[in-house]
Amino acid sequence: MADPLLRVENLVRRFGGIVATDHVSLDVAQGELHAIIGPNGAGKTTLISQLTGHLTPDSGSIYLGGRDISHLAAYRRSALGLARSFQITSLLLDFTVADNVALAAQAHAGHSFSFWRNARKESALRTAAQAALERVGLAHRGGVLVSRLSHGEQRELELAVALATKPQLLLLDEPMAGLGVTESARMVKLLQELRKEVTIVLVEHDMDAVFALADRISVLVYGRVIASDVPSAIRQNEDVKRAYLGDQQVVTAHV
Amino acid sequence: MFVLTLFTRIVILVLAAASLNLIMGYGGMMSFGHAAYLGIGGYAVGILAQEGFGSGFLQFPVALAASAIYALVIGALSLRTRGVYFIMITLAFAQMAYYVASGLARYGGDDGLTVYKRSDFGGLINLSNRTQFYYLCLACLLGVVFLIWRIVNSRFGMVVQGLRSNEQRMQAIGFPAKRYKLVCFVISGTLCGLAGALLANNTDFVSPAVMYWTRSGDLMVMVILGGMGVLFGPVVGAVAYLLLEELLSQVTEYWALIMGPLLLLVVLFGRGGIMGLLGRLNRG
Amino acid sequence: MVRSVSNHVARSILSCDTPQPEHDLRTRMLLVVEQFLNGLQFGLLLFLLAAGLTLVFGIMDLVNLAHGSLYMMGAYFAATFVAWTGNFLLGAVLALAATLLLGIVLEFTTLRHLYGRDHLDHVLATFGLILFFNEAVRLIWGPAGLALPLPAWLTVPVAILPGIYYPAYRLAIIVVALVVALLLYLGVMRTRVGMLIRAGASNREMIGALGINIKLLYTLVFGLGAALAGLAGLMQAPILTVQIGMGENILILAFVIIVIGGIGSIRGAFLAAIFVGIIDTMGRAFLPNLLRQMLSSAAASTAAPALSSMLIYLVMAIVLVVRPEGLFPANRRFIRKRAATCSY
Repeated sequence: MADPLLRVENLVRRFGGIVATDHVSLDVAQGELHAIIGPNGAGKTTLISQLTGHLTPDSGSIYLGGRDISHLAAYRRSALGLARSFQITSLLLDFTVADNVALAAQAHAGHSFSFWRNARKESALRTAAQAALERVGLAHRGGVLVSRLSHGEQRELELAVALATKPQLLLLDEPMAGLGVTESARMVKLLQELRKEVTIVLVEHDMDAVFALADRISVLVYGRVIASDVPSAIRQNEDVKRAYLGDQQVVTAHV
Repeated sequence: MFVLTLFTRIVILVLAAASLNLIMGYGGMMSFGHAAYLGIGGYAVGILAQEGFGSGFLQFPVALAASAIYALVIGALSLRTRGVYFIMITLAFAQMAYYVASGLARYGGDDGLTVYKRSDFGGLINLSNRTQFYYLCLACLLGVVFLIWRIVNSRFGMVVQGLRSNEQRMQAIGFPAKRYKLVCFVISGTLCGLAGALLANNTDFVSPAVMYWTRSGDLMVMVILGGMGVLFGPVVGAVAYLLLEELLSQVTEYWALIMGPLLLLVVLFGRGGIMGLLGRLNRG
Repeated sequence: MVRSVSNHVARSILSCDTPQPEHDLRTRMLLVVEQFLNGLQFGLLLFLLAAGLTLVFGIMDLVNLAHGSLYMMGAYFAATFVAWTGNFLLGAVLALAATLLLGIVLEFTTLRHLYGRDHLDHVLATFGLILFFNEAVRLIWGPAGLALPLPAWLTVPVAILPGIYYPAYRLAIIVVALVVALLLYLGVMRTRVGMLIRAGASNREMIGALGINIKLLYTLVFGLGAALAGLAGLMQAPILTVQIGMGENILILAFVIIVIGGIGSIRGAFLAAIFVGIIDTMGRAFLPNLLRQMLSSAAASTAAPALSSMLIYLVMAIVLVVRPEGLFPANRRFIRKRAATCSY
């Protein structure tokens, strides 16, 4: 197997007495859709935040394409091709849909110390934004203020923003959170399309979605990875069953 | 004559308020020390004039450069913090500038510095001619408002407004937040330094009082009164504030007794400033 | 006001401005001790002001620029009541009560409508209050300042160590401020109300959930802050002229203290206030001489006043570079905990 696109080695992060990330090691291969699951409070978002640079790990290393990025600032990692979506929708609410995506495209079109030309009339940015919006099915909503979008549309926009940065690796933090049945189905379909082009790390509670999408699954419990394998093996794993005791039927239901 | 001087003063302060609107309204940086640049620009003109450098071609670039450098240093320090800290720190640094000016014994200290000769622009324009000076100030104001309009619609302006809206998201899509904020802070300070240089010429005088913190407060009030992050907000706000001050002070010696509570009412009941109010009226 | 403090300091050390050869080590030491005590006294006054400011900010999340106006009102009330009653202590107590009342009225009529609003709204509204108070004082007491003479028993120098004398009044300020600081500490750390205050500073929703009358608590806290500011004002009044705008410069020093000490932290405010008071006073007293030894006297006399007034701002800048959240942030543990819960 070639070098993994993302390699995490012995990552540790503490909050006071709590060890939120406990010597986590992970490999994500190029082209893979790697899901991270675990009960509430297992430290999934803490892990994602360390990957994107919003939190600094206490120890351990993160490599992207063989390069050590453990101590790079969030914006530098983004420039290297790491994009994220937020669990709680995090968009520029007072901007239009198109402007949100165009800004993401702008971030990756060199520096933005351009003070005179009207950015809204730069065709390169607009085209890139429009393309990303089409991918998620929001092309017709470009001129709308984000605060007026429905929750499902905002989740799709999160994805479009991440895509517009032309990432190598997409970190998705619970993209289905709060979505209804139809919206979830649309999101799964969308991810199925996207995975053909970009490596994805998916944190998700929706087990149907995870088992339908993932190439491999890592199970995080109390900050530790207790298992990391293909979905069928995860289903059989005794440790995982024990950890998910309350949710056991969720895991076994797919056998 | 009096009216022309008053109008020139209003135009200059509108210019200062417009520069503050760039960081406060568009950039979300609540600077409470903007009057410092009025003083720095003014002292650049005054000190150079006293030392025998009367040329405006020297004085104005120096005024702008000094303001830019001050903004760069203060900004680099203040932008390490956010929220209330930022308000307090910009305030404290401006107050430091005020005390430094008060300590400049050679240049009048507390009493201030008289500018005996206005900036000399050769045969180009005569600043001692009130009408010509007024039009110069007006041209500067229009130029600055146009510049700000270009900036806020440029790539840079989009980034700055994005940072105001959601800094975490902007960093996640790849923008180094502090760098953009700092550049915005410096542009704003430099433009206000221009206002300071003009103000010293208008009053033929510069003193620490122009950097006193209540002056920074005045500028903030103008911006908020007019409507933050609206291009012509500070124009409307500053004109309204200064004319109101002028009007009230003709009615009573104790005009601030009315102005103070008036501000309170604006805060409690008038969201979005005058431009916001007009917008709401428009929408019905 | 700050400048007047330095004038006062400069006056008291006039003898030192031109060092005489016969100035022996002992006089120098005495001078250092005197200036140190002056700095401590000034720092403790600053603490009274900063404590109220940081409490109000920490608990109600309110930025109150008019806090300096309460300080000024304390001084004006004291000057008036002492003149009326002819008794310094009685006048001081009445002034304290009046500032407390004023604070409560202010909270009740206007400031409580600002809770939960944007900080910018606070700045604007309380800026309006400053304009109002300054003008009201001008209308009632006139533009000229007032003097508050001390009773004879407070003007005598007291021997604090054999051979070392210090003005009784300044000593009294130190003692009173220390006692208040101690009471404040015990009040916040040991009592039920203090527990609520601490809970409120770190978790506003929680006290709501406990079913406590928040409105009353807020009014009390604001009144307490006002009384502390008034106390600082009335104690400072005999040392300086009571004048319009006296509260504004000292308010900015209080801001510097809060920035250095960390917002919402009483302990941080206490340490930072004493630190700032001593640095500022000692800097103004000794920096000119120090510079004179290093630079030519012309350069020194140009640079000294500017540099000594910059000193505490430089300290603040350094603190900011090293610890942007201040030296003793109040709810650091809480912030970390919140970060943890958010990211889970």
